[in-house]
This record gives sequence, C-alpha cells and structure tokens, in this order.
Amino acid sequence: MSTNKTQKTVELLEASAQDANLLTEQPTSQWALTLRRFRGRRSGMIGLGIVALLVIVAIFAPLIAPYPPNEVLIGKEDVGPREKPCVHVLGCDPEKPQHILGTDANVRDEFSRIIYGARVSLTLGFFTVTIALFVGSFLGAVAGYVGGWLDNVIMRIMDVILGFPSLLLAIAIVSVLGPGLRNALIAIAIVSIPAYARVMRAQVLSIKETDFVAASLALGASARQILIHRVVPNALTPLVVLATLGVATAILEAAGLSFLGLGAQPPLAEWGSMLANERHTVFTSPHLVFFPGLAIMITVLGFNLMGDGLRDALDPALNK
Amino acid sequence: MLSFITRRTLLAIPVLIGIMVVVFLLLRAIPGDPCTAMLGERATEEACMRFDEANGLDEPVFVQLGIYMKNVLTFNLGDSIRFSRPVMQLLIERLPLTTELAMSALAIAVTVGVPLGILAARKHNTIVDTATMAFANVGVSMPVFWLGLLLAYLFAVILKDTPISLPPGGRLSAGVFPVPYYEAWGWTLTEGSTWARFHEYVANHYIFNTFITAQWPIFWDAVRHMILPAVALATIPLAIIARITRSSLLEAMNKDYIRTARAKGAKERRVVARHALRNSLLPVVTIIGLQLGLLLGGAVLTETVFRLAGLGTALFDAITGRDYPVVQGFTVVIAAAYVVVNLFVDLSYGYLDPRIRQK
Repeated sequence: MSTNKTQKTVELLEASAQDANLLTEQPTSQWALTLRRFRGRRSGMIGLGIVALLVIVAIFAPLIAPYPPNEVLIGKEDVGPREKPCVHVLGCDPEKPQHILGTDANVRDEFSRIIYGARVSLTLGFFTVTIALFVGSFLGAVAGYVGGWLDNVIMRIMDVILGFPSLLLAIAIVSVLGPGLRNALIAIAIVSIPAYARVMRAQVLSIKETDFVAASLALGASARQILIHRVVPNALTPLVVLATLGVATAILEAAGLSFLGLGAQPPLAEWGSMLANERHTVFTSPHLVFFPGLAIMITVLGFNLMGDGLRDALDPALNK
Repeated sequence: MLSFITRRTLLAIPVLIGIMVVVFLLLRAIPGDPCTAMLGERATEEACMRFDEANGLDEPVFVQLGIYMKNVLTFNLGDSIRFSRPVMQLLIERLPLTTELAMSALAIAVTVGVPLGILAARKHNTIVDTATMAFANVGVSMPVFWLGLLLAYLFAVILKDTPISLPPGGRLSAGVFPVPYYEAWGWTLTEGSTWARFHEYVANHYIFNTFITAQWPIFWDAVRHMILPAVALATIPLAIIARITRSSLLEAMNKDYIRTARAKGAKERRVVARHALRNSLLPVVTIIGLQLGLLLGGAVLTETVFRLAGLGTALFDAITGRDYPVVQGFTVVIAAAYVVVNLFVDLSYGYLDPRIRQK
C-alpha cells in the first residue's frame, strides 16, 4: 500500500513538474515521462520481460537448443517417437538421453523445436504488424487528409473488411494465395489493416484542425511535409500501442491458421503446426500438445501485457 | 423506435452488399476451379464444360454476380457443387449446432465475465482484483484450439470414470437420436415444404428441441457434449468482457452522481447496482456485440478440435474445396447475423441510456 502511495506521489510530482517545470532544472521530455510511467506498471514490465526473454531466445536459439530443430534422432540415440519428457535431475534414468520436453512423432527434440519456434513467431508477428501498420496508416492518412469521396471509398472498404470475422477472411485470403507461412502472414496483415487506418484517420482529422498545422500551411509547407513532420509524430502514440497489441493478435491468428493446415508447413518448427500435427495423439502424448500451446500463450501474453502497459503509460487521461 | 430500426437496417445494406461482392470476387480469385476440384486433375475439357454449364459457371463473372444477388433476394442459395444438395439444406443441418455453440459460449462469457469484472472493480487494488485481471490477461492470450484439446484431455482422460468426466467430441453419444418436436407432438408436415424445412431447422437445435419435448436423457447428453467446446470458445470473450466491465465500472464509480447517491444515504449495494452498473454497461454491451466475429472465427477452430459438424467446419471445407455456392450462401447468413446482432446492440443502447432514445 505504501509503495502505491509513493508511486502516486511521484506521479503527482511529475505532473506538476510537467505543468510548471519548477521542480526540475531541465524540462523532462514527454518520452522520458512515459518511460517512467511505464516502469511503474508491474504488468507492463512483466510483459516487457517476457518479450525481451523471447527475443533473446530467438536470437540465441542455436546456442540454447541442444539439437538442430529438424534433426531426426533415429539411429543416433536410444529414443523412440513421442517419448515423454526425460529430465535427469528430476529422476529420469541417467542412462537415457535427456530430452526435457520429450520427442515428437518424427523423433526430433521437442524442446529444440520450441526454442526455434520463437524465431518463426516473432518474425511473423513483426512483419505482419509492419505491413499492416504501413499500409493501414498510409490509407488512413490519405483518407483523413484528402477527405471527400476518396475518404468515403477507403473507409467503406475498411468497413467491409471489418464486417467479416477476421479469421474466416484470413482463411479465404490464404485459399486465394495458397497455404504457407508467408501467405498466412499477408492474409493476417490484410485483415488487420482497417484498425490502423481508422486510428490514423481519426488522428489526422483532429490534428488537421490544430493551430500549428495552420501555421505550417501559412508558412507554405506542402501537404506531404505536413503529413510527415506534423501529423505522423503526433499520431505515433496510439499506433505504437495498437501495433504492440497487434503482434499478439497476429501470432494468435497465425497459430490458428497453422492449426488448420493453412499456415506454416512441415517440417518448419512453428508452434501452431507442431500442435496441429499432434492433436490426434493428445490422449496418449499430451506433452506434444501442451508445450507448443504454452509457448504460444506466453508469447501472446507478453505482447498483450506490454501493449496494455504502454497504453496506460501513454494515455494522458491517466496522468492525474 | 420503428424509424430508428428502419434507418439502422438501411444503413447496413451497403456493407452487406460489399461483403457479398468481396466474397464473390475473392472466391473467383482462388486458383484452380470447381471442375478440377470435383472431377480431378485429369478431367477433360469437354467434361469441364458440361460441368460448368450445369453449375452456371460458364456465364461471365459479372452475370454470375448478378444471378447470385438476385438469388439471395429470393432466398435461393443454390446447390452445393460438392454435395449436389441445396445450400439451404446444408444450412438447416449445420447452422443450429454453431448457433447453440456460440450462444452457450456467449452465455458463459457474460454470466461469468460481468460478475468477475464487478468483483474486480469493487475490490480495486486488492489481491482479488490482481488475481482476476491476471486470469483475464491469460484468458485473452489463450489459443482456443489449445485450450480445447487440454480440456478434452483433462475431462475425458484424466477424469475418466469420475462423475464429472465429459465427452471429448461429437454432438451426441453414439446411437442417440433425438425425436424432433413435430414428430413427438404428432404434427403432420408436408415433406419438402418450406414450413417443414423451417421446423426441421428449429428441431436441429438439439438442446432446445429435447428441452421442450422433455427428452431428458438426450437433453443431458447434448448439454454434456456442449460444455467443453462452449467453455473453450467462451474463454477469450469472457476475459475481454471482464476487463471492460471492470474499467467501465471503475470509471463510473468516480462520477459525481455516485457521490450524490452515497450522500443521500443509499446503501453501497444499491449505489453499485442501480447507479454505477447501469451507466457502465454501455461499453460492455458494445463489446458483447463485437464478440460475434470472434465467436464465429473461434467456432472454426473449436468445431475442428471437438469434431463437430457445424457452420465453421463446413465453411472451411467449402473454401478449401472451392464450393462457391456454399461459401456464398453461408457468407450471406453470417453477414446478416452481424447486422442483426449490431442492431440489437444499438437498440439496447436506447434501453440503457434514455438520452440516446431521445435523439
């Protein structure tokens, strides 16, 4: 409770400092304040921790994983397919080779595959959101800035995309493009474009009316300059939050597509398809379903927590 | 009120048409055609021409689009290419399962999610609040298919032979057939008439049908089969609803009218239930309406996991099998459901907030 109080006091001090610049010699920037507020939020920090850990795991996968992800261990070790986890320190027979998450149907080390899976999911989440972010905010900016019939056409198309269950639309798009991880990525990017377009458009509409934009116009700035130098920096905040949460959604939807056989194809170590390949044996070897799913859940949870924390830290309404 | 409903419905029409056109064009863009999908790679050109003619696929695309639109307006959804049966018949067989699944899931999500949110808000900044929100955060991050498989494993394998074991898939136990209510009540219906098909559709809601005809053993069997898929499907909406309820109620509790209500001596219970809750339900209702898309998307995964022959799996099979009429027909139904649900959401605004009714 006392920590809570101190935190409140700190925030109050910050707010007054921001108002009058009296308490600090140098004015604290908005970003520094945001960072400080973000650090004060436990769930946001947990999310950041999870994400950071995943990034480290993905980068150093070859060092962490005891085996290459696609190495079939038949004839190399005394293990069979779908063997239960064997951890020596937990009392597993030291004579047997250690596979802390067991082996899969093709006698590959499940733990190594899950470690390498982090690479697939993070890359996928990152690229999906990048595409959706750029295309969506471009469309939203154009719609908001130009207005008129172009605005109408763009936003009605966005409505149509939103008017359809996103996973079903993604399934339809993947059917057009053909199954595969890259096409799943494109499909999920397409269905998430409207969210960014809407946010960007709303931002542009409100910023367009401000005095500093009027001033830039009076100084002879072109539409492009105003968009890039005045509108985009101001619209960045909500877009960053949306993008962080978007990574979570993208990973979840991609796993769903892979589960249906439309995403990553074997032998790629992708969590959704690893889980899907073993779903009929869940009653005999549940570990092959449990661990990939757990990996998906933890990753999605990390991005969700981080996104929520960012949103709270960036929301000026919560600064009181 | 009537003019409000009319206006809302009319506004939905362009979006509805847009969705139909997009689906139509998207389907035509899928590589490979229905002929090779049905007759195989080695189908002769002549066979394909006959096949296309029989299914109306030899017309130019825009003529096909026109025919499709006209048929939708006359409630004629055409025949499935793969099953050579009317799409309407497939809907009669498949839709009730998904409706029951989605409704059960939504019921669970609301009846658990709203009280959880209220609890968290009432116990703000306590361990109860933290635990509830941790649960909600895990809930929104849960892959539906994973949870479904784990639940099936838990209740069908680990808890096997206990009183709370539940079946891991299917809609009814093997060999169990419910008697449709119209047969149970001895109605005579003309075979194949629209009226008979309507009753067949209604009776295919097994839980509803066995309930009104008091076929209790079959009713319990159907309910027991529904629990696991419904819980799996409900998890994400439940977590979202709990979060929104909490934040919305917290905001309402800070308002001046709450202080007024307390000042005039109203009991805390009454303050929350009558003053704060009602005013904080608006965003909750909006979110509930938005869950429909999530439920339909999740239904594809849930039905796959629990081996249920519902709308989701049928639509998935039709998309991957290039069964144009089925995809088109089902899309219309889904889009219409969207429009209806959002209409109800808008109407409930008027009920919850009289100011909106005035406008």
